Amino acid sequence: MIPNVAPASADSAEPTTAAVPPRAPRQSSAKKFAGNKLFASPASVAGVAWLAALVAASLTAPLWLPYKTEDQDFTAVLSGPTAAHWLGTDELGRDLLSRIFASAAGTLGTSMITVIVAVGLGTLLAMLAAAAGDRVETVISRVTEVTMSLPGTVIILAVIGAVGTNIPLIMAILGVLISAGMYRVILGQAKSLQSQLYVDAAKVDGVSTMGISLRHVLPGLTNTIVVQSALIFAVGMLIQAGLAFIGFGPPIPEPSWGGMIQGASQNVYNAPWLMVPTGAVLALTVLSANAIGNALGKAPNSTASHLPSAAARRRRTMSVKTAVAAIAATAPTPAGSTAAKNTLSVRNLSVGVDSTGAGNGVRLVTDVSFDVEPGTVLGLVGESGCGKTMTALSLLGLLPSGVSVTGGQILWNGRNLAAATDKDMESVRGREVALISQEPMRALDPMFTVGYQLTAAIRRLRGMGRAEAKAEAVGLLEKVGIVDAARILKTYPHQISGGMAQRVAIALALSGRPRLLVADEPTTALDVTVQAEILSLLRGLVKDTGMSVVMVTHDLGVVADLCDQVAVMYAGEVVENGRTDSILENPRHPYTLALLAADPHANHAADMPERLATINGQVPQPKDWPSTCRFAARCQFAGSACVVPIPLLPSGTGDGLVRCVKADELAVEGLDWVATEVASHHVLNLVETPAVATRTVEKDHA
Amino acid sequence: MSTATSVRPEAPLPAAAQPLLEVRDLVVRYGRGRKAGAAPAAVDRVSFSIAPGETVGLVGESGSGKSTIGKAILGLQKVSGGSITYQGKDITSAGASQRRALGGELRAVFQDPNSSLNPRNTVGSSLAEPLRLRGVGAADARQRAEDMLERVGLPREAVDRYPSQFSGGQRQRISVARALICDPKLVVCDEAVSALDLSTQAQVLNLLADLRDERGLGYLFIAHDIAVVQFLAQRVVVLYRGQVMESGPAAAVTEDPKHPFTQALVAASPVPRPAEQAARREARESLGVRTGAAATPGPGGCPFRLRCPLATDLCATERPALRQVGGSAVACHYA
Repeated sequence: MIPNVAPASADSAEPTTAAVPPRAPRQSSAKKFAGNKLFASPASVAGVAWLAALVAASLTAPLWLPYKTEDQDFTAVLSGPTAAHWLGTDELGRDLLSRIFASAAGTLGTSMITVIVAVGLGTLLAMLAAAAGDRVETVISRVTEVTMSLPGTVIILAVIGAVGTNIPLIMAILGVLISAGMYRVILGQAKSLQSQLYVDAAKVDGVSTMGISLRHVLPGLTNTIVVQSALIFAVGMLIQAGLAFIGFGPPIPEPSWGGMIQGASQNVYNAPWLMVPTGAVLALTVLSANAIGNALGKAPNSTASHLPSAAARRRRTMSVKTAVAAIAATAPTPAGSTAAKNTLSVRNLSVGVDSTGAGNGVRLVTDVSFDVEPGTVLGLVGESGCGKTMTALSLLGLLPSGVSVTGGQILWNGRNLAAATDKDMESVRGREVALISQEPMRALDPMFTVGYQLTAAIRRLRGMGRAEAKAEAVGLLEKVGIVDAARILKTYPHQISGGMAQRVAIALALSGRPRLLVADEPTTALDVTVQAEILSLLRGLVKDTGMSVVMVTHDLGVVADLCDQVAVMYAGEVVENGRTDSILENPRHPYTLALLAADPHANHAADMPERLATINGQVPQPKDWPSTCRFAARCQFAGSACVVPIPLLPSGTGDGLVRCVKADELAVEGLDWVATEVASHHVLNLVETPAVATRTVEKDHA
Repeated sequence: MSTATSVRPEAPLPAAAQPLLEVRDLVVRYGRGRKAGAAPAAVDRVSFSIAPGETVGLVGESGSGKSTIGKAILGLQKVSGGSITYQGKDITSAGASQRRALGGELRAVFQDPNSSLNPRNTVGSSLAEPLRLRGVGAADARQRAEDMLERVGLPREAVDRYPSQFSGGQRQRISVARALICDPKLVVCDEAVSALDLSTQAQVLNLLADLRDERGLGYLFIAHDIAVVQFLAQRVVVLYRGQVMESGPAAAVTEDPKHPFTQALVAASPVPRPAEQAARREARESLGVRTGAAATPGPGGCPFRLRCPLATDLCATERPALRQVGGSAVACHYA
């Protein structure tokens, strides 16, 4: 089977980013990457243009300069800009324009010496320290610390005293002094690159330490190196000018920027103009280098953070208002008055990327409906990129920035949460609806003790006093099965295990006595024995408090263990829902059949198949979802009837619904999802698929 | 091609006298000097062997030392004691050049498909790296990379693309291709499918099984999910806090576990059949295994004793030796 290679994917590996708008396509090489960033901001474009012009002008100076640098014009001493001298003259009547540009190449060139020495030495030491292990790193780090503690100015002046004003040598020594800082900057990054799995893979191959550093570490450092080079270049230039200013520049009469500024400063009362051209050129050059460094160092557009920015929230409020208006026009009146208390009722929910952003209105969840009765658990199950996390987050108004509810209703105790403003949601979140996430450590702030965080939440949500809240915190921790609650209250999150942290996160979620708990893969990161305990804890809480749970999971075993109802999601829509036992024991939709067949947990050791059933290809990107059956392209049973939009229809088992035109046919014939892989051209060409179906039937009968 | 209903044949262990890989009394301690002496060992006297063409599963919870063992075998982790022998050659502390001399017979597939390929190199260049190291020419290496990609179910054009252009499952296929490109005899799979979705996980597991049958590969399959191990492995080694609790044929260990920890591990793994799962849950709750958050046991004795329903004073003083119970070796005084 040959799955299609999706160009630049918005990754289906992690649930939280799966349905987020596609990232800007990654550049294929670091250089290209840097180039694009360089020309993204006007400041850096100007900077590059200025430096290029300066270098070009300086290198070609002998060809076009109107005067020699030491030519004196005694008729125009200390003159301002004139036709003969565009930038004026100095106290000896020398042409400023000529002197500035003639000395530019030398200034820039010697500054480059500093850059090369500092960056070269710093990078080399950092890569060596990262590759060679703790002992070598300790030695190098101590040496660089000593270097950093040396008074740089004193050393440079001492060198000048000993060997005279040898500018290249001085700039090289400056580079050595700066390299210690450079080492510090690069070391951390080099170490993190050294710990990547692909470095391990290369070590397994027997690639030498040197080979790994050059092939796998250095390319990853390019960005930092380029940015730091630009900044060090500016520093080198300033220090060089500074030295010339105090008289340690190139020997007189050779021109230098610092020397010219020094000359200007002596005449600052009788000829203030003299300071302007040289000062401006120096300032412009330093600013250019910094602008380039800034542009190169700017983080690439980071993907949407978990919590929306203020601007995004405002945008969403706007788009929600328009969407709500649209919904109000089409939907029947909210069923708030008739719905039972504490029943969650999601009606035709759609979630999409805002049309203004890069995603351009792509829908991530379409037309999802379900009910959760008090005291019951609903499982939202499916693979990454099927929209289950987006559905769950929309219940709390916590969709990532750039993503919003575009239609439908989330009815909860007489309110439509889909249309609620952020302020409205604040009174619901934590108090009525709470969240536990996959990563318990994300719910806990590492800077504060468990006790502080828990009591703060209780005081805020329940308006209790300090002592009362503390007693309540102990009670909550005991409720989530922590025996030594008093001790745990005093610990910091990093001091407790993952399972304990998830218990604390659940206690935190319970602190506002919510009636609905949204659990997004709460046990995925835990060991199975701990997972079993957390599931038992959740089951006990549902039984004792009568709250309801929406459980997002990819694990059908977790569904079987905890959920009363289940909604199977594929490509943003519910393909099958109903009671857990009827769906898992008697699945109707081919996708559910396939998921169960692919799950090694579904088989006993005695009859473990030699090959698991698989589904061809992968979940399509949201922008590629067809208007026909979304699963047809991967379905073993797809036929000509599948090329129309498929509604959710009663599945015949209880009150379950299924989105498949062939569900009845499959049930009658008792077809199973077979383990052998169907060649991809069959499933892509829908006209041919009846043949595939017959073949599977034959196989089944054989 | 087999169908879903066919039954796995009983593990045909090749009768070769010399195992492919032999791990003897492996000990790994983290830290240096006095610090290492004080801390409990991450891996504590672990022994097992892998025959040519055999798959051995290494199961345990996080912190059980299973990945550390894999790293020690691959030379990514310094060993404090014991020996690792590959085809009779001691590779316990082999350096880069000795590993190169192994000729790429010992390879690895890692867990995270996002970081196991260098994002700055093309897929072709990542695949060719181990071949180029062994002196294969550029054109030849590219040809073999394309063949290998085709074998793992990706188009040949994938050689010129970058890892970011592939999904998680496809990247894991590329990692498998990279591990297998120089015809290894043993592949260490460290949680190779645990980051993948169900259907993708099944694809990669099938691919690993296909390649094993095709090339007579041996696998050390490290995973936390006992059902996944059960699918691929002929023998299973169960670890707890760096020590072997139980080892034996996969079917025996997973269907009829003898050690209380293995029983807890098997019982905790949920099955997607509600009625059976309810029964399993009750069985698990009646086992009386205490929560994992219990205090760390001191040195000596059985590492599981603080959670074990069978534990007595004997378990606190004497570390149980592995002894034969039924088809498996079990480290428990009372199994």
